[in-house]
Amino acid sequence: MLEFFTKLFSKETPGSKDVARERLRLVLIHDRSMVSPELIAALKEDLIQVIQQYMDIDVESLLVNLENDDDSVALIANIPIKSLKRAVSI
Amino acid sequence: MMNSRVLVVTSGKGGVGKTTTTANLGTALAMMDKKVVLIDTDIGLRNLDVVMGLENRIVFDIVDVVNGNCKLKQALIRDKRFDGLCLLPAAQTKEKTAVTPHQMRNLTNELRGEYDYIVVDCPAGIEQGFKNAIAGADSAIVVATPEVSSVRDADRIIGLLEAAGLTDSRLIINRIRPKMVKKGDMMDINDIMDILSIELLGVVPEDECIVISTNRGEPAVLGNVSRAGEAYRRIARRILGEEVPMYSLDESSNLMTRFKKMLKLAR
Repeated sequence: MLEFFTKLFSKETPGSKDVARERLRLVLIHDRSMVSPELIAALKEDLIQVIQQYMDIDVESLLVNLENDDDSVALIANIPIKSLKRAVSI
Repeated sequence: MMNSRVLVVTSGKGGVGKTTTTANLGTALAMMDKKVVLIDTDIGLRNLDVVMGLENRIVFDIVDVVNGNCKLKQALIRDKRFDGLCLLPAAQTKEKTAVTPHQMRNLTNELRGEYDYIVVDCPAGIEQGFKNAIAGADSAIVVATPEVSSVRDADRIIGLLEAAGLTDSRLIINRIRPKMVKKGDMMDINDIMDILSIELLGVVPEDECIVISTNRGEPAVLGNVSRAGEAYRRIARRILGEEVPMYSLDESSNLMTRFKKMLKLAR
């Protein structure tokens, strides 16, 4: 009951603009990180080519994605290895 | 040769005040003795003509010009108030695809040299109409209101403008309500500037006078009573390169100060 009255008469109720600002921040992280599927596909191709020089990978189940966390964006690649090539001295 | 500037007024989201901004800035620049042509590129949904009060004078439109049905000069409607102010209206019955970005670039180039400012009113959205509107532009004026949806769309538009090579876009924050900002219920100028990080061109307060001026077809900058009109006049001076202080939101919220000012009691 007391809580109700303090809330009612309190002048310190936070305004809704903080909510707006925070929601905008999050939605823009997502918007700005949006890349086209074509770009991801091209990146995937290049990754395969480079990695195949060093190890034998499972191209079929390779996954490349952008993942949004609360306040960051990460490039996540899951690349199963079939076998490692024999070490060659350079 | 004249040093013409082609400015595109854009926003992404509809209903934030692009057409009102185009009409008021164009009229204000003409009041300052500049030669100005306004181009409405919202084919199918033309409105700049009614906001300017010139809807009864339309004979030809932008599609007639690009199709060669008439000369560019024949389609330009001279403003009744200022000799140096003209409007090229959009077509009302054609498709958005009736004009291409290439044709728009030719059109604005033809107007360069004849006018100091060519102000292009962009339609809402990011499709062909948007691409047409920005095609011939030297720089963009992005209009946003202090709302989540509008600022989000403005962010997207700024990205698209940059991708098209328009890297010096400037922002107008429109329809801000000082009382709500004071209460913490509306994002303020700094909140929006932090997010969008482009140069601020001006701030325009929410003002009922805009409804009245649109009803009459007389841009608010023509009168002395409108706060928004005063804000737009300041923005026009800034476009001309003058240093003008930002419209103070405090004075606009305080009716007494405005009265005193009118009576020259306040400094």
